[in-house]
Amino acid sequence: MLNCKDTTRLLSQQQDQSLSLRRRMALRFHLMMCSGCRNYNKQIDFIHKACRRFSGKE
Amino acid sequence: MSLHTACYPVPGIPIPGWLGYTVGYFSGPFSVMREPLQSVANQGAEDAFSEAAIAALRHDMLRFARLQLREEAAAEDAVQEALAAAYVARDGFAGRSQLKTWVFSILRNKIIDILRQRTRHPTQSLTADDGSDMEVEQLFNEKGMWHRQKRPTDWGDPETELDNTQFWRIFELCLDELAEQPARVFSMREFLGFETAEICAELGISESNCWVILHRARSRLRLCLEKEWFAQG
Ligand SMILES: [Zn+2]
Repeated sequence: MLNCKDTTRLLSQQQDQSLSLRRRMALRFHLMMCSGCRNYNKQIDFIHKACRRFSGKE
Repeated sequence: MSLHTACYPVPGIPIPGWLGYTVGYFSGPFSVMREPLQSVANQGAEDAFSEAAIAALRHDMLRFARLQLREEAAAEDAVQEALAAAYVARDGFAGRSQLKTWVFSILRNKIIDILRQRTRHPTQSLTADDGSDMEVEQLFNEKGMWHRQKRPTDWGDPETELDNTQFWRIFELCLDELAEQPARVFSMREFLGFETAEICAELGISESNCWVILHRARSRLRLCLEKEWFAQG
């Protein structure tokens, strides 16, 4: 069972490469129960979008 | 068009004030630009090259270049060269957004060139993380779960902030707070679009190290935005 620290690490890694099915399942399970990590995920997603805008790639 | 040939004034083409290296930005004799474009440019291209449009574009480009090169003079040179290339090819642009996309892609390539050169001939090593990750670490308890008071909050519909100039000031400030090495890795990934495999090859670090660095950079950045922007209401 993942803790929040490992979850944030995997959520970040997921922005850069695809994760194994097992890891994706573990992530999904954790996210279902944890609003903090759900918010973390949305936040880094937003940061990615902001970076695209910042580099002129709207 | 080659980036390198486009960097210099082309004989026979009048060079407007905003391209002059001696002209300080925002203060140049922009009126020079008003001279008629040589061929029959469409209205879109003229709008795209209006004084206000160029000033705004230049501002965004400088901000982008400065952040990654961390050196004012190098950033200004890169921006000038990208704008000069765009000016030479000015008749080809249908409008402002097309110009922006194009000129930023030139700028990104310039920055990549400069960063590569620096990696090959490092004048000094990058300052790695200074252990300031303590702040991120302290968000978790001993079991690695969020402390109740420190959980990431709901930012609502943050994309509306992307049109807010004040937001971008904070965004830049937060990026500036990253140490040099995480900032470099982060911008290669998120601004220049490198794959992590390419980043480690360029910087001579392992891929897992690259993920750790990116994760730290994102965590610091989101914490900074949360504190400095989203918690401020
Ligand atoms: Zn969690």
